[in-house]
Amino acid sequence: MSQFLVGNYRPGTTLLHRIPAGPKLGLLALFSLATVLVPGMWPALGFLAAAIGLAAWVRMPLRSTVRALRPLLLVIVLATAFQVWQRGWPTAIHVVAGLLAVVIAALVFTASTSIDSMLDAITRGLGPFRRIGVNPERVALAFSLMIRAIPGVLEIAHETRAAAKARGLERNPRALLTPMVIRTVAHAYETGAALQARGIAD
Amino acid sequence: MIRLDEVTVRVATPGGDLVLLHPTTLSLTEQRVALIGSNGSGKSTLARLLNGLVEPSDGRVTVNDLDTTRDGAAVRRQVGFVFTDPGAQLVMPTCLEDIALSLRRSIKDKKERLAKAREILAEFDLADKADTSVHALSGGQKQLLALAGVLSTNPAILVADEPTTLLDLRNTRVIADRLFALSQQLILVTHDLDLALRCDRALVIDEARVAFDGAPADAVAFYRQQVTR
Repeated sequence: MSQFLVGNYRPGTTLLHRIPAGPKLGLLALFSLATVLVPGMWPALGFLAAAIGLAAWVRMPLRSTVRALRPLLLVIVLATAFQVWQRGWPTAIHVVAGLLAVVIAALVFTASTSIDSMLDAITRGLGPFRRIGVNPERVALAFSLMIRAIPGVLEIAHETRAAAKARGLERNPRALLTPMVIRTVAHAYETGAALQARGIAD
Repeated sequence: MIRLDEVTVRVATPGGDLVLLHPTTLSLTEQRVALIGSNGSGKSTLARLLNGLVEPSDGRVTVNDLDTTRDGAAVRRQVGFVFTDPGAQLVMPTCLEDIALSLRRSIKDKKERLAKAREILAEFDLADKADTSVHALSGGQKQLLALAGVLSTNPAILVADEPTTLLDLRNTRVIADRLFALSQQLILVTHDLDLALRCDRALVIDEARVAFDGAPADAVAFYRQQVTR
């Protein structure tokens, strides 16, 4: 999912692309609330269909969307089993369809909104808090760095696993975790130095 | 002008203080200055002193009369820095957004900022990569983008810390040609002795000291002799 979150902004000219990031985030929040507050299986399926429709509208590629949703599979299986056991199929479908609808809508948001627009929205939204010492630019930067860090950490994890495997240590937790933690901290340090060097963190 | 007055860099370790740079006094006025030397000799420490990424334990570093410790932010606006690994330097998802990030301070209007970012990408032959993920670029393209990001802020001085070490021959040439065409003062940390020879002055750093300071040809000869001793 992280790859999708950060790397799959798809430039376009649809209405969704043109809505500023702030109002679009508000719409996403309303959509998410609606999936929880509107009861019943059929409305939840309707929300899911709407989210899929939006994904098609902004031309999200099917394969990468499915790949992005794959990590959610375990949660879906567990949630379905639990709800079926506790409350039956209609509630299980309501919960799972609602969850999928929200995640797909969030993917639509990231696919149709550039990080630059998100930074502008965060900076504008936090503007009034300047008076109490909040630095909106710094918060916006932290936000974008957090998103940027996800694929970086996953890449480090992948490389560390490959290195451990090459040494026949793929089942040794220390061989996996120690280098991963050290490299992640080093990466964070280097990124900090690079930001400072570019004068962005000043 | 860059000046180092009796600058020392030390770090505390469990075994006592480790000296990364012994007392050094220098003025760097030439257009292109090379820093050469073995791994761990102190080249990068010296380079990082020049824009305040490393602060001196003793002594003073000034850039155009600005103290790197006291006026760090102002110094960094004058001194751009390019790292060996551009991966750490590229912080936004796409090429366009990464350049736009550098321009946020100078251009507030978003449309104007993005237009300028596209213009800069075109100058660096990356126009067709504007919406490409920075992860999808080749090593040479990443380094070009990192260089573009730094130069977009118009620094007066550029410090490049082994910018070609991770690159193949073709990309080394592309980056080197860009660097040597700059109007800015260039401080180049490098293991590539051909690049060092293209500079106006070269310093050989050895065991945390400036072991030689002079004409590039002499410095390279000194360094070669030193490593074969």
